[in-house]
Amino acid sequence: MASNAAPTASEYIIHHLTHLKNASQTALVDWSVFHLDTLFFSITLGLLAVFALARVARRATAGVPGRWQAAVEILVELVADQAKGIVHSPESRKFVAPLALTVFVWIFLMNAMDLLPLDLLPNLWAAIYGAAGGDAHHAYLRVVPTADLNATLGMSCGVLLLCLYYNVKIKGLSHWVHELFTAPFGAHPLLWPVNFAMQLIEFIAKTVSHGMRLFGNMYAGELIFMLIALMGAAWAGTVGSGLLWIGHVIAGAIWAIFHILIITLQAFIFMMLTLVYVGQAHESH
Amino acid sequence: MNLNATLLAQLVVFFILAWFTMKYVWPPIMKALDERAAKIAEGLAAAERAKTDLQLAERRAADELRRAREAANEIRASAERQGAQILEEARMEAARIIAAARAAAEAEAQAAAQRAKEALREQVALLAVAGAERILRREIDAARHAELIEQLKAEL
Repeated sequence: MASNAAPTASEYIIHHLTHLKNASQTALVDWSVFHLDTLFFSITLGLLAVFALARVARRATAGVPGRWQAAVEILVELVADQAKGIVHSPESRKFVAPLALTVFVWIFLMNAMDLLPLDLLPNLWAAIYGAAGGDAHHAYLRVVPTADLNATLGMSCGVLLLCLYYNVKIKGLSHWVHELFTAPFGAHPLLWPVNFAMQLIEFIAKTVSHGMRLFGNMYAGELIFMLIALMGAAWAGTVGSGLLWIGHVIAGAIWAIFHILIITLQAFIFMMLTLVYVGQAHESH
Repeated sequence: MNLNATLLAQLVVFFILAWFTMKYVWPPIMKALDERAAKIAEGLAAAERAKTDLQLAERRAADELRRAREAANEIRASAERQGAQILEEARMEAARIIAAARAAAEAEAQAAAQRAKEALREQVALLAVAGAERILRREIDAARHAELIEQLKAEL
């Protein structure tokens, strides 16, 4: 916030919750708008993740591994074991297991952006934007891609597509369509609409909850960081504001430490659910 | 919290990253892991083999040792036997030499006695002849009676 007048608390939060985008969005759904900040950070972190992994993979030796390689191997084995337990087709695992690894590392990194000082990158961006001739007040930047519903739903929709693909691939189109209308309640013609409705609800619920869970956790976490930051921002030299500043330090430290658990857990949950949903696509009712 | 094209972009990125991982990250690491597992299995098998080899070698060494001991015993026994035989032979040789020496000494003694007898006889004969010559100085011609003296000598 490179501003002359200090923003009010609500201005501060709204500023931090506004995306950097190519056009302002008025409708709830607008397919012409891009969140540039979300895309930038998610693609950057995604590339960082896969290239870091690829670098380790290229130098991987079957002999004594280095620390980096050992760490990556632990991660890979963890994912491989989980995939083996959940997805029973070795052919599908060839794609699904690497996908799960990518998802875990990528989401972990995106979540971890929450641990950077809240104003660090936005202020940096405001300085650059201002120096480039823009209005620094309108230099918006959100650094946590997973706190953007578009990102999380984008990934959960990817998982949905995978599920549909494997349903068709494993069961065959006709068998799958048959299953859509006869499971879970039975093959009686009267039950066909009910079954189909249930299946639709199941797919939608899976996908929405999958994306919403991650989004909700990260959005809430980000918001709490902002509230904590507001405590420190109240510093004005008085005793009361001094106590708030100390509160910022203590609460910020506690929440950041707790958040380490949350970002890891949410990344793991997203990965596990990806595997579970893909695994379900392999099972006939 | 609006939905927009970011979602589609994220979806595409999601698959691209997953594809990249499938292509360039997963296989080399899995290969390294599998190779290491194979190496370790091989090492364990080799250790097991070495253990049985060691047992075999120990058994063979014990066999060799036993055989060597037996051979040594045999050699010692035969050496003792041979020693005894040589001793026996030496003893017999010694006895033979002693016997021979005794026989030679006896023969020597007999010969000496014989020679002494011969000499005695000669002297006696000479003495007898000298005595008879002295007695018969005049009547006996040594040259004429040499045959007689010789005869006398042979009789003595």
